[in-house]
Amino acid sequence: MKLDPLSLPAAKSRLMALDMVFTAQSGHPGGSLSAVDIVTLLYQEILRVDPKTPDDPDRDRFVLSKGHCTPALYPALAMKGFFPMEDLKTFRAMHSYLSGHPERGFIPGVDMTTGSLGQGISAAVGMALAGKMDGRGYRVYALLGDGELDEGQVWEAAMSAAKFGLDNLCAIVDVNGLQIDGKTEDVMPIEPLDKKFEAFGWNVVKCDGHDFDSLRAAFRTAEQTGDKPTVLLARTVKGKGVSFMENDPGWHGKAPNTEQYQVARAELEAQLAAIEKEVG
Amino acid sequence: MSEKIATRVAYGKALLEFAPEHPELVVLDADLSGSTNAAVFGKAYPDRFFDLGIAEQNMIGVAAGLATCGKHVFASSFAMFSTGRAFEQVRTSVALPKLNVTVVGSHGGLSVGEDGPTHQCCEDLATMSILPNMTVLCPCDAFEMRLAVKALLEQSGPAYLRMARLATEQFTDAIPGYTFRIGKGITLRPGKDVTIAATGMMVSMAMEAAKLLSQQGIDARVLNISTIKPLDHELLLQAAQETGCIVTTEEHSIIGGLGAAVASYLSETCPVPVIRHGVPDRFGRSGKAMDVLDYFGLNPAGIVEHVHKALALKKG
Repeated sequence: MKLDPLSLPAAKSRLMALDMVFTAQSGHPGGSLSAVDIVTLLYQEILRVDPKTPDDPDRDRFVLSKGHCTPALYPALAMKGFFPMEDLKTFRAMHSYLSGHPERGFIPGVDMTTGSLGQGISAAVGMALAGKMDGRGYRVYALLGDGELDEGQVWEAAMSAAKFGLDNLCAIVDVNGLQIDGKTEDVMPIEPLDKKFEAFGWNVVKCDGHDFDSLRAAFRTAEQTGDKPTVLLARTVKGKGVSFMENDPGWHGKAPNTEQYQVARAELEAQLAAIEKEVG
Repeated sequence: MSEKIATRVAYGKALLEFAPEHPELVVLDADLSGSTNAAVFGKAYPDRFFDLGIAEQNMIGVAAGLATCGKHVFASSFAMFSTGRAFEQVRTSVALPKLNVTVVGSHGGLSVGEDGPTHQCCEDLATMSILPNMTVLCPCDAFEMRLAVKALLEQSGPAYLRMARLATEQFTDAIPGYTFRIGKGITLRPGKDVTIAATGMMVSMAMEAAKLLSQQGIDARVLNISTIKPLDHELLLQAAQETGCIVTTEEHSIIGGLGAAVASYLSETCPVPVIRHGVPDRFGRSGKAMDVLDYFGLNPAGIVEHVHKALALKKG
């Protein structure tokens, strides 16, 4: 099987995410690692954004509604050129602009302040509505966690996006099946998500959140769907890439110690080396 | 000084009046547009008005998103819901990123009347004032409401605008040269014995109280503090220095509103007696608006009583 060219930046992102959380000794590795492939694809191929014109009114918008996953977002922004890669080392540090959660007006490339779950999707609805009002062709993307869907505001936002026929809005749910207190099905059952979103008037596309071609096809469907918003239900693995973090809710918001970090880093470095070897 | 008109009615008219010169103005409401009068704007500008249904949290978030794209958004509902139900959305999606959203709360205070304590919001000035970056306005009558909407459209940043259900007498239009500036209070009546600092509907009652006091030989100054935040420090400091005691009056809890703000400021700069007149630390109750206000002593007689308390504490 031919290796996807995005495997390389995604593998690099995972290493950066791990380093950021370890250096800060704080942050959210689990949901960040599950979202890395989605965020990498968005910034490498989908989003029409340019660090040289960050305020371009016609740019696409991205809202990280699951705002705690900055270790997935900041490397993507740095690779895109919004700020130096070097600054990732200052993540969550006093006097750094790379705060724990995204802050608009504070971090280059960040369009909306998020972190309190459920709020980002409403802002994305507002952005998409403004695009319709002004007849601009930009698209708005919002990434949510599946645990985040417990928030009633998400469904308020879902109703309003359908009411306004926001086909320029695409929500992506990082369906890793886990939240802080355990499995989503135990903490607060939210399935069937496809039927729920369909009932709320959305176009629903299921995809594999770690398969770039599956994601590409899903984004293409979203772009081609008129009159209604689209949600991608992207099946993912929480902690993806680090064996002992995978599918363990304990790694939602915890930094590894030195020993764990070395094991994790060795695994991610091996994955990166294998990809580099194949890419040549 | 004759026409009775609610500040919420003036709000709808003002949106309509200023819409042409402010194409960036967008108005949202949460299924109360008839009561808040946002519907007046909505009828004339259906492409710039959106009803988000009974979903205030999403309304504030949508307002924030629109604002990131250059819109100046007024998002209205009853004060209890726009500031209470959606408090955290106002905090995190509007105040923190400093967006051009004016949260509008109609039916502020006890004068909601019959709907009772579930709908009588006596906490909004506190909850909105505590947020960094927020401007908090509480105009005293319809004429001032119009000026407040105009001023808000001409500035940028997060704001809260409180309005009332009850139709009350418009009087500031009869004051020659009356102007409104955000952050500036206005001396409506000079006086040397005591200062009554009032906001919202209590301003006209403070004027009534001053008349009663003058019959008792007490010369009361009356200030209209229509901006709760940023507070007009200069005007209040001068009043404290010149009259030696202050009574604040507001249709809001005495905790966290105008009284608390004035007392906090003066205790650090010019400690004089500050007596807070307003809603005591209790929930309201159902009844005709004026009956509810009387029950809680929110009337000119209540202000007079508090003035006597202040004078008794005043030194010299």
